[in-house]
Amino acid sequence: MSYLDYQVAQTPTGLRKILYINWPLVLLLSAVACVGFLMLYSVGGGRADVWAEPQMYRFAVGMVAMFALAFVPMWFWRGVSVLSYVACLLLLVAVELVGDIGMGAQRWLEFGPLRLQPSELMKIALVLVLAAYYDLLPLRRVSRPLWVLIPVALILLPTAMVLKQPDLGTSIMLMAGGGIVMFAAGVSLWYFAAVVGSAVGLVYAVLKSRGTDWQLLEDYQFRRIDTFLDPSVDPLGAGYNITQAQIALGSGGWSGRGFMQGTQSRLNFLPEKQTDFIFTVLAEEFGFVGAFSLLMLYTLIIGFCVFSALSNRDRFGSLLTIGISGTFFVYFAINMGMVMGLLPVVGSPLPLVSYGGTAMMILLMGFGMVQSAHVHRPR
Amino acid sequence: MKKSPREKQDGTRKLGRRALMLAGIQLGVVTTLALRLRSMQLDHAEEYRLLADGNSIKIRLLPPARGLIHDRNGLLIAGNEQNYRVTLTREEAGGDVEPVLRRLSQLIPISEERIAELLEEFSKRTAITPIVLADRLSWEQFSSIAVNAPALSGITPESGLSRAYPRAGDLAHVMGYVGPVSDYDLSKIEDPDPVLMLPEFQLGKVGVETKLETLLRGKAGARRVEVNSAGREMRELSRQEGEQGATVQLTLDAQLQNYAAQRMGEESAAAVVMNVQTGDLLTICSSPSFDPNKFVRGISSADYRALMDHDHRPLADKTVQGLYPPGSTFKMVTLLAGLDSGLINSGTRYYCPGYTEVGGRRFHCWRRGGHGTVDPIQSLEQSCDVFYYELAQRVGIDRIGAMAKRLGIGVPHDLPMSAVAEGIAPDRAWKRARYDQPWQIGDSLNASIGQGFVLASPLQLAVMTARIASGRAVSPRLVHAIDGVPEPLPEAEALGLDEALLRMARGGMDAVMNGPRGTARRSRISREDWRMAGKTGTSQVRNITAAERARGVISNEQLPWNRRDHALFVCYAPYESPRYAVSVVVEHGGGGSTAAAPIARDILLFALADGLPPLDAVPADQRADMEARHAAMNLYTPQPTAPGRSRA
Repeated sequence: MSYLDYQVAQTPTGLRKILYINWPLVLLLSAVACVGFLMLYSVGGGRADVWAEPQMYRFAVGMVAMFALAFVPMWFWRGVSVLSYVACLLLLVAVELVGDIGMGAQRWLEFGPLRLQPSELMKIALVLVLAAYYDLLPLRRVSRPLWVLIPVALILLPTAMVLKQPDLGTSIMLMAGGGIVMFAAGVSLWYFAAVVGSAVGLVYAVLKSRGTDWQLLEDYQFRRIDTFLDPSVDPLGAGYNITQAQIALGSGGWSGRGFMQGTQSRLNFLPEKQTDFIFTVLAEEFGFVGAFSLLMLYTLIIGFCVFSALSNRDRFGSLLTIGISGTFFVYFAINMGMVMGLLPVVGSPLPLVSYGGTAMMILLMGFGMVQSAHVHRPR
Repeated sequence: MKKSPREKQDGTRKLGRRALMLAGIQLGVVTTLALRLRSMQLDHAEEYRLLADGNSIKIRLLPPARGLIHDRNGLLIAGNEQNYRVTLTREEAGGDVEPVLRRLSQLIPISEERIAELLEEFSKRTAITPIVLADRLSWEQFSSIAVNAPALSGITPESGLSRAYPRAGDLAHVMGYVGPVSDYDLSKIEDPDPVLMLPEFQLGKVGVETKLETLLRGKAGARRVEVNSAGREMRELSRQEGEQGATVQLTLDAQLQNYAAQRMGEESAAAVVMNVQTGDLLTICSSPSFDPNKFVRGISSADYRALMDHDHRPLADKTVQGLYPPGSTFKMVTLLAGLDSGLINSGTRYYCPGYTEVGGRRFHCWRRGGHGTVDPIQSLEQSCDVFYYELAQRVGIDRIGAMAKRLGIGVPHDLPMSAVAEGIAPDRAWKRARYDQPWQIGDSLNASIGQGFVLASPLQLAVMTARIASGRAVSPRLVHAIDGVPEPLPEAEALGLDEALLRMARGGMDAVMNGPRGTARRSRISREDWRMAGKTGTSQVRNITAAERARGVISNEQLPWNRRDHALFVCYAPYESPRYAVSVVVEHGGGGSTAAAPIARDILLFALADGLPPLDAVPADQRADMEARHAAMNLYTPQPTAPGRSRA
């Protein structure tokens, strides 16, 4: 669609756009963030200034950014998609060269007071560029091998760089996010079957490679696999985190042990409880009721996004919405699966709840684009 | 690339299908997550809850208060006192403990070396381990620290219980003492009570404290505390106080024991007072003594060496561990053996020329000039040795040994005291077994006057006296009641000796005190209702050679202390209805009549009077001395803590 197409379609203009914003989505995102504030307050030992307040501040900034982005018309996003992708790629290279070492991985770039995590930005940029790609690509070529190879390359390039940092969690998210856009765009299911098949083969190869010269993963990653398969192997070492997380989660029962009453969290048995394992604090203190409610909030967010995408006749906006909501879905699914012992510990936060600035900002910016697609959708 | 509207429509339709497929997959994943959540939080919640509690809840033992020990009148003889101490936790002190230590040293004396020592210890332990900075603080020091606590971050004033013996040395040997549990102690116990692992816990080491350990220890209480992942205690969830150990009432009379200790003074001596009818030990006192409180607190090596090097052996309990040749106090045994065998009777007379010659060896009577013709009563009254030499040759050692055992010498007595010695009542079989040598007639002669192989503890001499006085096989006992429940008092069996024979032995003992030529006449009780019977004994600790005898036996005063004779004395009173039997041994004291008898008589009087002996109970010429002695004594004033006195 050209600039004219957008004009022709009866899209709202100016401040009237605010009426067309997907308000239920805004409400749901705020509700999830509030759950986060509550848990961070609990984790902070009843003190807001430790985790909760900075998080609220960031959420406020993120919300402002989301609304600002919602006002930006779709053609702009399509226009900057390639540029942003290239920029992110360059930033990833920069991280590789000068990045700060944080948590055993090179992830951060410092620009004065600003700390940038290019891999996070890439999650959005990748969805943008793929959505733009499939918006341009005629449907009949979507499943042609050559036209499949281009997006695969677009996905694998940043994935490989992030994996080298090493950040397994983000690289999985990148692949999943890109895959979801390709899936939605209509790429033949055989390709996906082939990917799943080769992934199984790869896992086998990776496990086989252990201890040989051509070992494919770092030792710590192998250990994570070990502890995922059997956390009791090393309950005080590598398996400690996951064992304690599951104890916290399970001991919550139906209604939990009460706000700020979770022994696992309050007595520091839980690791990284303000970031990756915050879901266990919720599950411990508010039980099944609390944990399931959060899961439902997330599901509703996805639901509203899918509904928005289905009602959007603009291919780019639709793909963008599905891609971003899909990334968001993979985000919380991996985190929850991880703390419940369904997935190995890959180090991924619970979106909008875990303490952390960049992730929250990026997510809200992503939802800003989702809002933009919703506001500017051709009707 | 321009797209046709048709193509566009196809794309939108396909996208819609794929979006719904994706939503379906996502719903599937969400369902999986929800099911997993349900399984963990609803189906297995109990298991996880147990694991969570196991993580965070720890059981900490509370040491029980040790059982109190009272004397027969309810006076406290072993109790618990508050022990005030301060501990410091590095974490709470903010990491650096030195400034806190310096500030503390302004309140209580802590030497520079101690500070260096403590800093060293802090560097070795984890930050959350409390370390004891100072122990056994006075209440003033303790409260000054408590008041200044805000300036002393990390410091915790604590109080615990520690054993204390208010009677200090008086009962040290009977009671023993407690001390910290050593690895050696633990190795001896098969299934050690976990409470023993607690630091600061005290275990009975010697005497009643160790023999009644299981009674006195009590049951540990428990605190359920919540700990964090670093093991630090966060709060107490519940508390179940321990059960204090049993209160034990001993048969001892602390006042009498105190008097006996004072009466023996610095002598190396032992005194036993026993109830003739029940066997209750009212006093079992070894002198000199030591302060058991020093052992509880950890005795300094200088103090310990002083005790070890003391030639009067203050650490040894002479009453039950000390074995002495009983000397002439054994003569009742020989006499009763003779009378019981029927080989002699009240009419038997022997002539004492001052010696007897047997097998070419001359056995002397203590009185060189001899006693002339001696009957059984006189043999005791004047302690004629020759009478017993003659008697022993007729009766034989086996009967004497058997009679000794019957009267409680050479047999073990079951008492909750450490290393209770069995003594020796010799006979042929014993010597064969012990030395693989045949019995010699000379051995019999020596044994007949309580020399040679015969060995008895002061306790056994008291038992012997009580048995002669009562005619029954009374056994000594020390535990009067446990938790207010009196211990059953077994009815003592009759000795099986003819009363007439016993009366003869008693008559002889009476004559020792009250007869015109009695060896201990000077120590008699002048009050008729407390009329006293006794027997002196002087046992040699060396052989007198013929050459020495020819030169004239050197008097004890001229010998070095440790080569002088032991002085012994046994007695009981009142003569007609005996209540208390007393034995006293004064090591290297010289003669039994001069060194042991006055002590025994005074102790016996204290027991009879249940207080300071009245002056009119001793012969008039000794009253001034006695009064002066009492004035010089430093006696406890009784402060009964429990009602109900019994002197059964």
